[in-house]
Amino acid sequence: MSSTTEREKQAPRPVRRPGDRIFEGLSTSAGILILLTLLGVAIFLTLEGLPGITASADEIGGKTGGKGFFAYVWPLVFGTVWAAVIALLIAVPVAIGVALYISHYAPRRLSATLGYVIDLLAAVPSVVYGLWGLLFLSRELAPFYQWLADNLGFIPFFAGNPSGGVSANSILTASLVLAVMVLPIITAICREIFLQTPRLHEEAALALGATRWEMVRMSVFPYARSGIVSASMLGLGRALGETMAVAMVLSASGIVTFNLIGSTNPSTIAANIALQFPEAFGTFTNVLIATGLVLFVITFAANFAARAIVERRKDFSGAN
Amino acid sequence: MTTTLQRNPEPDLQSLLHEDQLPTWLPRTLVAGAALITIALVIGTSLSIAQAVLIGWLLTWSLPIASRVVEGGRKAADRTVTLLVASAFGLALIPLGSILALVISRGAPQLNAEFLTYSMRNVVGEGGGIYHALVGTLLVTAAATVISVPIGLFTAIYLVEYGDGNRLSRWITFLVDVMTGIPSIVAGLFAYALFVIFFGEGIRLGIGGAVALAVLMVPIVVRACEEMLKLVPNELREASFALGVPKWRTVVKVVLPTAISGIVTGVTLAIARVIGETAPLLIIAGLTDSVNFNLFSERMTTLPVFTYFSVKFPGVPPEASIDRGWGAALVLIIIVMVLNLIARAVSYFFSPKGER
Repeated sequence: MSSTTEREKQAPRPVRRPGDRIFEGLSTSAGILILLTLLGVAIFLTLEGLPGITASADEIGGKTGGKGFFAYVWPLVFGTVWAAVIALLIAVPVAIGVALYISHYAPRRLSATLGYVIDLLAAVPSVVYGLWGLLFLSRELAPFYQWLADNLGFIPFFAGNPSGGVSANSILTASLVLAVMVLPIITAICREIFLQTPRLHEEAALALGATRWEMVRMSVFPYARSGIVSASMLGLGRALGETMAVAMVLSASGIVTFNLIGSTNPSTIAANIALQFPEAFGTFTNVLIATGLVLFVITFAANFAARAIVERRKDFSGAN
Repeated sequence: MTTTLQRNPEPDLQSLLHEDQLPTWLPRTLVAGAALITIALVIGTSLSIAQAVLIGWLLTWSLPIASRVVEGGRKAADRTVTLLVASAFGLALIPLGSILALVISRGAPQLNAEFLTYSMRNVVGEGGGIYHALVGTLLVTAAATVISVPIGLFTAIYLVEYGDGNRLSRWITFLVDVMTGIPSIVAGLFAYALFVIFFGEGIRLGIGGAVALAVLMVPIVVRACEEMLKLVPNELREASFALGVPKWRTVVKVVLPTAISGIVTGVTLAIARVIGETAPLLIIAGLTDSVNFNLFSERMTTLPVFTYFSVKFPGVPPEASIDRGWGAALVLIIIVMVLNLIARAVSYFFSPKGER
């Protein structure tokens, strides 16, 4: 304390004790460490992936089927995006419905509990989803796929196998599992945003004689539109990177096809890494890491876009 | 309204204000009736549960149709959407119920003392257990927690107490959000790429798995701690400063104790999130049949990886291995649910009085 009183005579600057400096230093360096980690992810993946990208087809060996890196990664990129997009097409409408049910339709006393029940879906480990998809869902869906192939086989999506018959371990099953996995994420965000709708807007709509659906359409949806978009983008990011469910469910052969229920399916980057990495050696390891880098860039872009939309919304909306 | 006037040249006020309406008890009765018919179909006929539920669901559509006839288009649209929204919720419950029922019914018969206390060393066919995987999961997750909690907590302290909305803190906030979306397998590849530089090709280490999990865990911890620190009222800080307490002691002695229950909740939820991660551990921690207590040498099996290999590559004959996979999945789900319950309990019992 004595040193403090001496300094007080000189200037009214705030006193900075050693403890303060150390603590602030620790906090700041922890924050910077996070930035460095993110940078490190990019740098180390590039370092280890680069030999795989530059290697010629001969150097990589037979593991890629005699293809160079880009010929190898293109069907995987297609499969990743394709599976994620189908999953989103299924999940987003359901998620909006569930979020709307919890926020505006369910009895008020129940809604918190119902929200918690949906959050339980997010707590289930991904490997359990894989187990469920592989040993339960795909078997249950097989007759339905057969029906699709018989009745809607003229649509290329439901062509089935060239020899007739369908495969239940197809990309549609994988996408369904993915849809279930991203559902709680999209629901949670949509629910929060729906609940933020200004109460006066809702009450004004109801007072003018709108039915509940008209109130939702005219006051809740316009307010929540950007939020729904960014929630879907976050779900997309999750679906793009999800590994185990796809690796376990899908019987993949690394081709490009739009057929949803055939036995030859495009693989996804993440699933391909999970399946190949434990056995990989040499340059092929680098190739796999390079595909991981591609996945990182894709998901980073999706998440970056989603967060940017959220940030922009924050600036323009008066509610936050 | 105009049509009413034309039809009825001298309307009394009652009929002017009154539109035809379905009775208020009708929707509930219809839904209950459809549910009863569904149950009757499941019990009484050879239809599968899925078909019966589908029929019951189709029956509920009589409500919007009746509404269309009696009440007109707007009300019918409203009832249609209500039905759709409720159906969406019901649809979301199907996978949850199915997963839990399946894992419990297939996994519960596996749980016994041997399953929990034996490893898979020298086991062929039946027998063996998940002891090595349990040890691995607990060690790797504990190490990940030890790495990520200090980093996450100090970052949150920086953001709330020191950052003050400057450029660095805004970047950290934004990138932490982006980091939440890193695919788990990329985190595993990062850990591998990091360790391969020091230890050479083909490295598999428990601590590598911990690093990978920490990459996934840090953003969750930061977000949770940040929210909780923000909730601490500024008056407490100001009162502490006014007493001449240094800032760091204010943070340690006033801010953190006030927020501690929320922080514990957040960290527990973060642990529950990463304990079920498979992909990164598959990459960097690998699989072994033996118990390994050393994070810094050799491969280390974890529960999710064990489940994956048991089911995906069961060997011949497959039944015993697949059963072990279900058992491991059930243990994993139990651990995750217990962690979730602990988190809820902590936030319920220990949060400061007067909040919420």
